[in-house]
Amino acid sequence: MKPLVLTLKQEPGQRLDLAPLVPHLLEGKSAKDIAEIELQTTREKVVAGDIFKIRSGGGVETIHFEGGSLRFDNVGQGLKSGEIFIEGDCGKCAGRGMSGGNLVVNGDSGPFAGSAMSGGRLEIGGDTGGFLAGPLEGEMEGATGGLLIVRGNAGERAGDRLRRGTILIEGSAGDFPGSRMIAGTLIILKECGKLPGYLMRRGTIVLANPPELAPTFVDCGTHQLAFASVFAGLLRPESRAAARLLSRPLARFAGDMAALGKGEIFFPA
Amino acid sequence: MRPMKRNGVRIDDSFAEAFPMRGTAILITAPNRHWAVQAATTMTGFATSVIGCGAEAGIDCERPGKSTPDGRPGVRVLMFAMSSDTLQTQLVNRAGQCVLTSPGSACFADLESPDRLPIGDQLRYFGDGWQVSKKFLDRHFWRVPVMDGEFLCEATTGLTKKAVGGGNLLIMGASFETTMRAAELAVAAMNDVEDVILPFPGGIVRSGSKVGSKYKAMMASTNDAYCPTLRGAVKTNLEEDIGCVLEIVIDGLTEDAVAEAMRAGLAAIVKLGPEHGAVRVGAGNYGGKLGPFHFHLKDLLP
Repeated sequence: MKPLVLTLKQEPGQRLDLAPLVPHLLEGKSAKDIAEIELQTTREKVVAGDIFKIRSGGGVETIHFEGGSLRFDNVGQGLKSGEIFIEGDCGKCAGRGMSGGNLVVNGDSGPFAGSAMSGGRLEIGGDTGGFLAGPLEGEMEGATGGLLIVRGNAGERAGDRLRRGTILIEGSAGDFPGSRMIAGTLIILKECGKLPGYLMRRGTIVLANPPELAPTFVDCGTHQLAFASVFAGLLRPESRAAARLLSRPLARFAGDMAALGKGEIFFPA
Repeated sequence: MRPMKRNGVRIDDSFAEAFPMRGTAILITAPNRHWAVQAATTMTGFATSVIGCGAEAGIDCERPGKSTPDGRPGVRVLMFAMSSDTLQTQLVNRAGQCVLTSPGSACFADLESPDRLPIGDQLRYFGDGWQVSKKFLDRHFWRVPVMDGEFLCEATTGLTKKAVGGGNLLIMGASFETTMRAAELAVAAMNDVEDVILPFPGGIVRSGSKVGSKYKAMMASTNDAYCPTLRGAVKTNLEEDIGCVLEIVIDGLTEDAVAEAMRAGLAAIVKLGPEHGAVRVGAGNYGGKLGPFHFHLKDLLP
């Protein structure tokens, strides 16, 4: 079946909540029905038809957004299956709470991308804001599963309170990546800001270029572990550079000893 | 009835009677081929027959590094038992004592199936709290710290309830040498078939059994009808020209795999011919009343 195509008419005048535009909520709706869905986040009423030219190909399992905006919030929220492609930027909380399917943003994204994500695949082609996969105010944990790939750079505190799942940042990350990590895996291929793994409890951080680590991380020696090779194999289709990094002998530092101390930071020895 | 003949080898109009079993497969990897084979050999030791060993297990095939999850040489092991519970116990005991202990080893699931048997989920407790869980999408692994680094083990592996045990060939020849030659060639041909193992030593069993015994304590005893030294003394199944009988037993993950292995073995025996190999090939059954799978030799002939 052909995808549903939503073409941006012009840059929206206010922030929009795109959470209703996911496959499982559009099931059985015609292009006309979709055009009547409200998207505003402020007083001024806006429906999808005001923002997009809508072309229904018969199916809603695949949705293409032609054109994006940093005002597009909650894109792909709660995605369960199917695919969403955005040819452009998006705002905060892209892929929030998604549990399956594939969400691809071919531009930049705002903060909290992949927050509360529990499964599926989220790829951001450009840069992303702070608190990648992190919890919102009042939430106890960040992402609990899935695969999150950022081709550009990430803001500060990427993977904050990460519980499970894999985050790969091909560019650089801001300060405190992997802060308060509960578990899961965070891989950063370029530069990394200060104090990675700050107060992490468990989990794995792999850094191509580590800054000076906090003194609460302790040297466990250099190893070539089978699990790193397995992850290299699993990540190779997504990122050859990540696979190369994980195939090398890696120094292991355990920490953060100021917290539980069962986490680890790896970097090339 | 005149026996069927292929290349001078007499083929019994008989069938191998086989039983449903529970089966599983794992892939053991190690830093090199030697240690992968070592771990697999140790794990599949003393696993010839469920009667006395709890499970039947063997090496299916070797895998080169480029086709294993961690890029190191691997060996695929198949295990079979009569119940899921026994298979579970045997799998964890054997993996725990023979693979976890083997230097540099790692252990992966190698059977696609919705039914799962925990493996790393059990062995992880060896880590005494230092074990690490790693998930990547649907795959779940456990990392257990050990003295040479880490033991990596997949959390669960697949379980099939469609496995088949007890496919067999009875190879009969004039002397030990010729019969053995035919049996060894058949084993070599059957080892190339995927999804099957030959659980007995080197794939060959020389002490085929019948059900029951004159002694109360014995469930099974020697198959006297196929013992050449008793040919004059009992109701024998052997003709004058047969001086030795060897059997090959086959367990497979599917009925098709067992049939394929028997076909390959038969072809090898027939090709060798009666002069230097077997003069006759038969198969063991219990009259067709006990096992639901019947592999008729005439259907499997080359």
